[in-house]
Amino acid sequence: MFAGLTFRHGVHPPEHKELTAGIPIRRMPFPEEIVLPLSQHAGKPARPLVAPGDRVERGDLLAAFDGWISSPVHASAAGTVTAVDLAPHPDGSFSPAIHIAVERWSAQTPRERLVPEWEDLSPEEIVEAVRHAGVVGLGGAAFPTHVKLARPPDAEIDVVILNGCECEPYLTTDHRTMVEYPDRVWSGLRIMMRCLGVARALVGIERNKPDAIAALEERRPRDLDVSILPLTVKYPQGAEKMLIKAVLGREVPVGKLPLHCGVVVQNVASVATIAEVFETGLPLIERIMTVTGKGVRSPGNLIVPVGTRIRDVLDACGGLTEGAREIVLGGPMMGAAQPNLDAPVLKGTTGIVALTADEVRRRASHPCIRCGSCLDACPVFLDPQLLGRLAKAQRWDEMDGQHLGVCMLCGCCSYVCPSNIPLSQMFGMAKKALRSQRSTA
Amino acid sequence: MNLPRLIVSASPHLGGPVSTPTIMWNVVGSLLPIVAASVWFFGPSALAVLAAATAGALVPERLFGRRGAPGDGSAVITGLLLGLTLPPGLPLWMAFLGGAFGIVFGKLVFGGLGQNVFNPALLGRAFLQAAFPVALTTWPVPGQDAAALLSTNLTAPLMSVDLADTITSATPLGLMKFEGTLTDVPALLFGTTGGCLGETSALLILICGGYLALRRFLDWRIPVSIFATVAVLATALHLVDGERYPGALFMLFSGGLVLGAMYMATDMVTSPSTRRGAWIFGAGIGVLVVVIRLWGGLAEGVMYAILLMNALVPFIDRITRPRVFGTVPTVPAEARP
Repeated sequence: MFAGLTFRHGVHPPEHKELTAGIPIRRMPFPEEIVLPLSQHAGKPARPLVAPGDRVERGDLLAAFDGWISSPVHASAAGTVTAVDLAPHPDGSFSPAIHIAVERWSAQTPRERLVPEWEDLSPEEIVEAVRHAGVVGLGGAAFPTHVKLARPPDAEIDVVILNGCECEPYLTTDHRTMVEYPDRVWSGLRIMMRCLGVARALVGIERNKPDAIAALEERRPRDLDVSILPLTVKYPQGAEKMLIKAVLGREVPVGKLPLHCGVVVQNVASVATIAEVFETGLPLIERIMTVTGKGVRSPGNLIVPVGTRIRDVLDACGGLTEGAREIVLGGPMMGAAQPNLDAPVLKGTTGIVALTADEVRRRASHPCIRCGSCLDACPVFLDPQLLGRLAKAQRWDEMDGQHLGVCMLCGCCSYVCPSNIPLSQMFGMAKKALRSQRSTA
Repeated sequence: MNLPRLIVSASPHLGGPVSTPTIMWNVVGSLLPIVAASVWFFGPSALAVLAAATAGALVPERLFGRRGAPGDGSAVITGLLLGLTLPPGLPLWMAFLGGAFGIVFGKLVFGGLGQNVFNPALLGRAFLQAAFPVALTTWPVPGQDAAALLSTNLTAPLMSVDLADTITSATPLGLMKFEGTLTDVPALLFGTTGGCLGETSALLILICGGYLALRRFLDWRIPVSIFATVAVLATALHLVDGERYPGALFMLFSGGLVLGAMYMATDMVTSPSTRRGAWIFGAGIGVLVVVIRLWGGLAEGVMYAILLMNALVPFIDRITRPRVFGTVPTVPAEARP
């Protein structure tokens, strides 16, 4: 296949990456207030260690991890803790967070840290260092990275895959990271491979980022067994299972993890962060994100302190235009629309997309005409038409029997549906209902 | 920052370019050249029959359907398609009744758009064929006196038709079946034969349907599968007994096969949703068409072939559903722990 490697089905939404793809990453000024939710990652929320009135330096530990699948939270700016209470969270809820009044005239110099050379550390020590630095996946799901670095007791990993697909429209976070920090990506990969004891690595990048492919290729370490694979531009190419299928032809079995077919997948930005931790000694307190969309005056790629309010990030990009109607955290296919711009951006926030009225999908819904577009779009070969009928009747158990568990809520079915039936939203509700059924049973 | 009113909706926040009314109105638009051709061949009578059938479909849709249902264009398609399967000169009240029957008993009783099992237009025609067999099998010749045809159109409700002034002929399929004579293929392609309104010019229908297939508003697999099946079966039978069985070209371009394959079998609601299912569905129609035409009691079999296969669609969908990702582990042996 000359069109590049890929998976079957999927959709081709308009990309709109040209808005920010060529804009170099810049650092935004520190905001006046930082809000750091204790739950910024998959797993248990962190335990707060500070109280109102405490003075903190940039990089100080504010909340410790609680168990293995959890992650600590660090101060992303120097200042004074003003409160530890509920704050708007980008998931729509109010949840516990640490508020910091940022010191305006601070030089923001972090306390001196002695970072050991990672080459001298054992894999276990590297995992521990990454764990204490609060590194999580930067691709959106924010799964604690140290968990993926630890060698699994029950499976043999033979290949590490770096995910540089960035298949969501608009976003250019990973793209710019690869173009501007190729050495960090490679050094992070080296650390990962060392931890996992894996000798082979593959990098999957969609073909619409030739400059990223070139930048990585130019700096590719010749002593590592790693190859860069250009992939077809198709959504959701960056979904873990789709990527593994595209580059290796392996299919992750239902209910299993990638490591059960010998693979660990990590997003390129997360890998670069691993390298950054050892390079600077700072924990994960800032990240690169794309602020874009026709609703933003001057779109760009920014280094943003974690915990900055959405409002302040938008202001750093000239604010919203008259036409802005919907503010989405993450990409427009899977991201969440924000009702409250006081919510902060998190470690896992890949971008802020401000959509205008003509882009926002506001069509009337029609009955399903059984056109089958959703069946042709679903990357995991479900029957969204049937699942939609079952969801409407709230027959959750039958949906479970139709493999609802395999659905990753990528939104392809909703995107193609000519009748504008909110299929993936219904499936999300069904998953939630099934989860609560199970927890009460 | 001065904030505009924000919308909060579920993801995905982008939508594909196609909407259901877009599909439906495109189908209607693609039918217009065929409508124009039928008027060219049969005069104002054609327009009257089509209008009556469409009105018959729209009235119950408006009265008993979802709010705003006529606006989605699906009832207009039903009316036009039914009209195109009727002979010119048919009393208008019959055409109206057929449209109404198709919508009420073919669609609304199942729950409206998307819920029906059978193609409503074909159900309406099947009803008319059963109720008024004579009127439905009287085929005026194209290009005759418009006034005479119109006068039969205007037969009062519940009165039978007076055909004294119209010149009628058998359809090409009727000639083949009951008199053993074959019509030339060019005549079939360009529509200079007797027949119902939309069955006459195969070429035009292929072009109009082809447009829909290109824009992906119909599944090309269904007509291709039907044509291929009919062609293969007809050729095989023709080779066995060339006297008794006509060749593939005649079978393909006579009667309602082209219209049925392009426009009726491809109705999204009543055809399979899976790609493999579309092939099976088309092949089934092709076999049934050949069987009914050559060995059945009727001259034409497309209508019953499609209706019969409509009934099998839920079954076809169930057996052709693809394997869900990851349900059968395909991990290469060397990667297993």
